Amino acid sequence: MTTKGVRRPLGLAPTAVLLLGALYCLLPVCWVLAASTKTRGELFTTNAFTPGTGFFSNIADLSEYRDGIFWQWMANTALYAGVGALLSTAVSVLAGYALAKFRFFGRNVIFNVLIGGILVPAVVLAVPQYLLLAKAGLANTYWAVLLPSILHPYSIYLARIYASAAIPDALLEAGRIDGAGENRLLRVVAVPLMLPGMVTIFLFQFVAIWNNFLLPFIMLADDERFPLTVGLYTLLATGANQPALYNLVITGALLSIIPLIALFLTMQRYWRTDLSGGSVKS
Amino acid sequence: MRTKRLRMVMSAMLVGALAAGCSGGGQEQTPQETGPVELTFWTWAPNMDKIAAVWNTAHPDIKVTVSKQAGGDEAAAKFLTAAKAGNAPDLVQAEYQMLPSFVAAEAVADIKGEVAGVRDQFSDGIWNLVTLGTDGVYGLPQDSGPMMFYYRTDLFTKYGIAVPKTWDEYAAAARTVHAKDKSVYLGGFSSKDPGWFAGLSQQAGAQWWSITGEAWKVGINDDATKKVADFWGGLAKDGVVDTQAPWTPEWNAALNGGKILSWASAVWAPGVLSSNAPDGKGKWAIAPLPQWSAGENYSGFWGGSSIAIAEGSKHKQAAAQFASWLNTDAKALDLLIKEAAIYPAAKSGQALMTTAPEYFTNQADFWQQATNIAGTARGFTFGPNVNVAYSAYKDAFDKALQNKSSFTDALGAMHDATVADMKKSGFTLAS
Repeated sequence: MTTKGVRRPLGLAPTAVLLLGALYCLLPVCWVLAASTKTRGELFTTNAFTPGTGFFSNIADLSEYRDGIFWQWMANTALYAGVGALLSTAVSVLAGYALAKFRFFGRNVIFNVLIGGILVPAVVLAVPQYLLLAKAGLANTYWAVLLPSILHPYSIYLARIYASAAIPDALLEAGRIDGAGENRLLRVVAVPLMLPGMVTIFLFQFVAIWNNFLLPFIMLADDERFPLTVGLYTLLATGANQPALYNLVITGALLSIIPLIALFLTMQRYWRTDLSGGSVKS
Repeated sequence: MRTKRLRMVMSAMLVGALAAGCSGGGQEQTPQETGPVELTFWTWAPNMDKIAAVWNTAHPDIKVTVSKQAGGDEAAAKFLTAAKAGNAPDLVQAEYQMLPSFVAAEAVADIKGEVAGVRDQFSDGIWNLVTLGTDGVYGLPQDSGPMMFYYRTDLFTKYGIAVPKTWDEYAAAARTVHAKDKSVYLGGFSSKDPGWFAGLSQQAGAQWWSITGEAWKVGINDDATKKVADFWGGLAKDGVVDTQAPWTPEWNAALNGGKILSWASAVWAPGVLSSNAPDGKGKWAIAPLPQWSAGENYSGFWGGSSIAIAEGSKHKQAAAQFASWLNTDAKALDLLIKEAAIYPAAKSGQALMTTAPEYFTNQADFWQQATNIAGTARGFTFGPNVNVAYSAYKDAFDKALQNKSSFTDALGAMHDATVADMKKSGFTLAS
């Protein structure tokens, strides 16, 4: 007995393209992995993908650099990304829910302005935001990076789409008939239904803030408050007459993506739910 | 891609800040300081916080806080933005070529009165870089980058060439070397390092910018610079100099592996060589740059920076006091050399450099040579939009290398782009 499955053509071409794509994405990561194990002398002299001998000395050097300021940067980045993404998710979900489920005067205007906001890249806003926050006396504080990260038009847009698809109007109606107040509806009905969407927004924002360079670069003058991106950049751009600390930068870059990978692995479940959910509903 | 966009944004910011610069800076100024003063200092020099700590212990009335910054063009854009927002630090490290844009934006103060006593500490060539050829003084020179010729002694012997005394000899040697081994070059032309090209043009006697009265004159395509561009254009066309982008892993490997035999670089090169070409230790030596005519003795500057005081600073006098100490006091200069690893601009600082860099153990008189060469270096006045000229250099010469087209035309394009930008920004240009 043979159970004959439907024989499909293997599709050599698509497979090859996908393999190429995977290679394209993974090769640089492999390079970072290999390069982070090399000492300063080995970095440019040995084969690009052969591991070196200096991984632990690199980490030790990095930890010693300016009395361990690298770990301060790591903690700063975690603060900016963690708190910023949480606040941003909260604001986005509230705004998205309101825009999706309530009819009120100016709703479409607000929504259209938000859509317009998506089209303005965040880098363009960095300088005006700096000038504004400097007037408010908040430049060079943690708030200077946190506040602009909170409002993110794309997340609000995402939350609105998600809320209108995931929360049936009938459910809200039923709740209202049963005598639930709007706060209670939000807590008991809307938020649980939007949870996968919230995780998506949180991850989006977390990664965006973690990788953000220009905003903290302009906002912060004091390197005690730098996030990793700006901090590592100071190691790279040490002025024309100083050798760039390549090996420390590469090791630092490797260490800086580990938390991101960990976050993705733990939240992968929700992320997948959402992607498939979205593909069907919208 | 990402850096390209970043650069574009940065340039846009810089231009914006320049255009808006005409609205004056802070007016408050306390000429006489009383009580403890707090100063902030933006710099990218390593270990500057340790040097400031030495000052702070000795001067309890003036406390300097160092904020370590990233260097390069972005540092200038950041300072201009901060100055615009009234948020500038009291003291800022400024590369010489960026200082004029700070002055044009009225972001740095004229400290002529505060630093009158230290003029003698600096050579005329370097002092011009902080006066911009005017009566004012817009900063104190910190480090300088006189250019010199670095070469591999062992490989020069192997290929049977002598250290070139003139650029003609350099060209001949470049052909000889490349004819003997196609994978080896005497040296390279860099379309990525406008500062390098500016230094070589200074050596040839170029004057890219000058001020007469209120008007700027741009001379990027003057005869001296044309001579330099033509020279490298000819060698690049024949393929006898290396034209790959420097500062890349490939370039490092070529430098380390003996595929590039020499480098027309600046006094700070030992740091680069020791980190990027570790295998060459003890095999490199320095000589003056090849000259344009036999018997001449000139060099140019590549890199170097000054310490300027923000126009918005409320403690200009205290800041000037610190800047003077940092760049002329014997103890401070010693710290700058040992902790920040710079080549000081002050003459007395240069005299302190005695032990040759570890990488140059074979050349015991490294610093004597360097000091002699430094004395022959001549600079020129930088203009208010060096960043525009520099990116035009990269664009034009990249293209010329790719299309194997004329370097003279590339220089013309660079000149035109610079002039057009100055007109657009509202500078008066001399005809």
